[in-house]
Amino acid sequence: MNQYDAIVIGAGHNGLTNGAYLAKAGLKVAVLERNPYIGGATVSRELHKGWWYSNCSYVSSLLRPEITRDLELPRHGLQVVSFGGGATFMRNGDYFGNYSDHDRHYRELARHSKRDANAYDRYAADTSLQTKLIRPYLLRTPPDPTSMKPRDLRDLLEFSRSFMDLGEEKLLDTIKFWTASVGDYLNEYFETDVIKAHMAGSGIIGTALGVYSPGTAYVLLHHYMGDVDGNVGAWGFARGGMGAIADALSKAFQSYGGEIICDANVDEIIVKNGRAAGVALKDGTEYRAPIVVSNLDPKRTFLDITNPSDLPKDVLKKARNFKIRGSSGKLNIALDGLPVFNGLDPRNRLMAGDLHFSDSLERQERAYDDWKAGTWSKDPYLDMMIPSLTDPTMAPPGKHMMSVFVQYAPPKVEGREWTDEDKDGFEKSVIDQISNYSPNFRDLILHCETRTPREIEAEVGLTEGNIFMGELTFDQLLFNRPFPGYAQYRSPIKGMYMCSSGTHPGGGVMAAPGANAAREILADLKKPNTVPGGYADD
Amino acid sequence: MTDYDAVIIGAGHNGLVCAGYLAKAGKSVLVVDGRSEPGGCASTREFSAGFRVSDCAQWFSQFDQSIVKELDLKGNGLRLGQPKCTISLQPDSDHLIVDGDTISGAGVDSADQAAYRDFKKMVASFAKLMTTLYRSRPPKLVEQNWTDRLTLMKLGLGLKLLGRERLRDLMRIVMINIYDVMNEHFSHSALKSTIALDAVTGTNMGPRSPNTVYSYLHRATGEHLGQSGTTQVMGGMGALGQSLAGAAEKCGATLKLGSRVSGITKTDDRVTGITLDSGEAVSAKIVISSADPTTTFRDLLGYDQMETGMAKRVEHYRSRSGTAKLHLALSALPAFKGLEEAQLSHRLVITPSMDGMEQALNPMKYRELSTLHTFDISIPTIEDPALAPAGQHVLSAIVHYVPYAPDIGWETGKPQLLNQLISELETYAPGIGELVVASELVVPSDLEASHGMTGGNWNHGELSIDQALMMRPFPGSTQYATGVEGLYLCGAGAHPGGGLQGLPGRNAAKEILKRGAL
Repeated sequence: MNQYDAIVIGAGHNGLTNGAYLAKAGLKVAVLERNPYIGGATVSRELHKGWWYSNCSYVSSLLRPEITRDLELPRHGLQVVSFGGGATFMRNGDYFGNYSDHDRHYRELARHSKRDANAYDRYAADTSLQTKLIRPYLLRTPPDPTSMKPRDLRDLLEFSRSFMDLGEEKLLDTIKFWTASVGDYLNEYFETDVIKAHMAGSGIIGTALGVYSPGTAYVLLHHYMGDVDGNVGAWGFARGGMGAIADALSKAFQSYGGEIICDANVDEIIVKNGRAAGVALKDGTEYRAPIVVSNLDPKRTFLDITNPSDLPKDVLKKARNFKIRGSSGKLNIALDGLPVFNGLDPRNRLMAGDLHFSDSLERQERAYDDWKAGTWSKDPYLDMMIPSLTDPTMAPPGKHMMSVFVQYAPPKVEGREWTDEDKDGFEKSVIDQISNYSPNFRDLILHCETRTPREIEAEVGLTEGNIFMGELTFDQLLFNRPFPGYAQYRSPIKGMYMCSSGTHPGGGVMAAPGANAAREILADLKKPNTVPGGYADD
Repeated sequence: MTDYDAVIIGAGHNGLVCAGYLAKAGKSVLVVDGRSEPGGCASTREFSAGFRVSDCAQWFSQFDQSIVKELDLKGNGLRLGQPKCTISLQPDSDHLIVDGDTISGAGVDSADQAAYRDFKKMVASFAKLMTTLYRSRPPKLVEQNWTDRLTLMKLGLGLKLLGRERLRDLMRIVMINIYDVMNEHFSHSALKSTIALDAVTGTNMGPRSPNTVYSYLHRATGEHLGQSGTTQVMGGMGALGQSLAGAAEKCGATLKLGSRVSGITKTDDRVTGITLDSGEAVSAKIVISSADPTTTFRDLLGYDQMETGMAKRVEHYRSRSGTAKLHLALSALPAFKGLEEAQLSHRLVITPSMDGMEQALNPMKYRELSTLHTFDISIPTIEDPALAPAGQHVLSAIVHYVPYAPDIGWETGKPQLLNQLISELETYAPGIGELVVASELVVPSDLEASHGMTGGNWNHGELSIDQALMMRPFPGSTQYATGVEGLYLCGAGAHPGGGLQGLPGRNAAKEILKRGAL
């Protein structure tokens, strides 16, 4: 019997979270997944015997602690191990180390510039002020500023009050921060190229903007507002890879009686006299439910699996104009041993952190210029990790697993689809860059999985391979995400909802969109709320 | 007893407007400027024997009409040319003509023509809304008083009157880039880039850079304030400076030209006057600077005269520009492919596609010269022959993107760039090179030196959202007052910013009088 109270399309972390909260409220819920495995972009896969790859998302920080506690994810096997620091290797053979220990970090900064070392605490304070502002609103539904509904007015008032409380100058500084480019923002604190470049990376990861593009300071914030065990700004590895998060969520979901159906490729959302009635699969199977929640990105949701005749014109237009640009690629590499990098002792624990090779803002901006011209960066910005140093279960003893996130890679190459030759060229530009700093790296490679936007879209179903399911620019944030008038998780079709990273508060393995959507659905069903709200925890 | 009620630094258009309004209110005002001519960026200069050109600002389109009336600029000799349409030159000579809200040529289809009319309607409704904000002092958001609340209420009402969908459009696009907005509205490449050019003129940004929608709206708002359409000033922009000076003097203000201000004097935590290069000191109740914020605070006042936080903000105030001016003295009227002589007096623009503009921008970021540029061309001598010897002509063009200081240095860079620019013009005006009897390339660093604009930025500081409106020039020094007692701003570095609008000067004067600072 294919009759349910609610159907969630897509078993990514948001779909599972959404399903979990609906099931927890007593609904009969099915989560449908196109792939034979769950997790979407939150997966661990053994693509080379003995090596586990987190082959999409690769580090954890943004996952809301309220949800981790509320769904008892640790009891369902989730363990996040934080890693300390990171490093940027320089062309002159030196490196900049980002130590988690404050005093050690100060000494390292001072080694490059006394002035920057002294500016750092000011920078950290100013930036964490912004994270404190935004964190309480991650698990909240954004108010509609054009609405006169009491609830929207109340939320707007509270929202604006928390900003007013900053006082005139700090408020203006905040507006400044939200609109500035990460390059200009960092220039206000630091003078040393490598230090700025190391920090600027967070401002462009997953984004089709350059370090000098206004708005990238917010993207930086988006990478700073998470935490590991209450340690705000810290990042960690999920033991067993990112798939462990999806597994824990699915166990929680199933513990509430939820049902996961894999190899279920949704063809269309069935709409009967203006109401969602279920979904039809490509193989003809039908599942019935008065509530249908799409965890696909807004483009796929409204342009692929919804019948245009069921949608108002303006929504189709908005979906078509939704910006979801592919800008990144990824290499997952099985290594025969630990690579050695010029100037850094392999036993240094910086090796366990995020490693980079772009030692100036200019190099990062030139990488963006290549993307603008429709090709992958010849000198890309890499966010490289060796998770097996922190979590030995990722590779056989003595061997290592390396995850290399690559910025930038265009969704199309000079306007045409990616070819295998392009893919090889892309892979080469990355391997070459790493080899320039690591003499033994090339010989250690046992297996390499290269993912351009083409592969990411084909396998995970992220349009254009955009990891955030939509650009994190202001026109697509808060009450504008995914589009104005539809930011409260409801679609124009009764009974049809959105819960993907394409909705507030956006991408990253946060699980907040799924939870927020569940809260709205339960409200519409007049059911008691099972979803924790945002709170100021710092 | 002070020499004057107010001393105004800089006889640029904003300084003179401010002087006019203050003098009109019976205050004794002295305007000091190092240049021998009034007008600042509204200036005409003989760049070659017998050839005169508007050597900075080139088009008259945004000047607030209320100032023209209230200071009777027409009565003081301001004469304007015919309204111009914009002709976007195409390599195949099938040019795109933009006249008001109608477009023709270049095979633009009816869909894009209709889309353009709708787009102009939308922009007009936003511009109308922004005039409220532009004609008043920028409201404070927290430490508001009733004036601020009134402005905010007017704004709120205006926003409501936009209607829900328009309001949503505004909230969505105001912070993004013109590139995406163009692609959402139009399909015609040349149409997109022609509009995009208006969004990036005077900046160091490309169409893809967020903030370019705001800079486009800033210009649109100016045109809504000006109501004059785009045109030229007879006698060159200097004539505007002259008429403003005349108006200010008629109101009783004193002008002291050709004497450079060397410093702003501060005694007992309060600004008390200025000193001149000559060593002469002038005392006043207040000092109002129409110089850009960096020049005012860093160079004239000095970091040691303000508290650290403010010094930091001054130091980080961004004032970069990718704008240069090309001046050509021509022995005869050049022939442009596909244009009749009569059309040459209009605004001629040359721009690659929006992606091409981005490619043209890239080298500037790395202090290199580009091999592709955008042009905004005026041939003023067709309507105003007096600017050149009989039968000869002047071509003035605003050019993007040019670095402030190329690594190869301007010594070698300038001749190279000059040839590059003329060769780019040759594609549209074959043989123009032969007509050149004299030429001048004014790069950002030249504009900085000749007009005292830091970075050569004619907006006196980049007009990005974080340096605009209630944040202009920077927190703590908004609403025309500054962090320093007795020192005020009335230049383009103050709200609402640059672009020959005259509003900073007007708003500053009204605010100063309202505060009873005098």
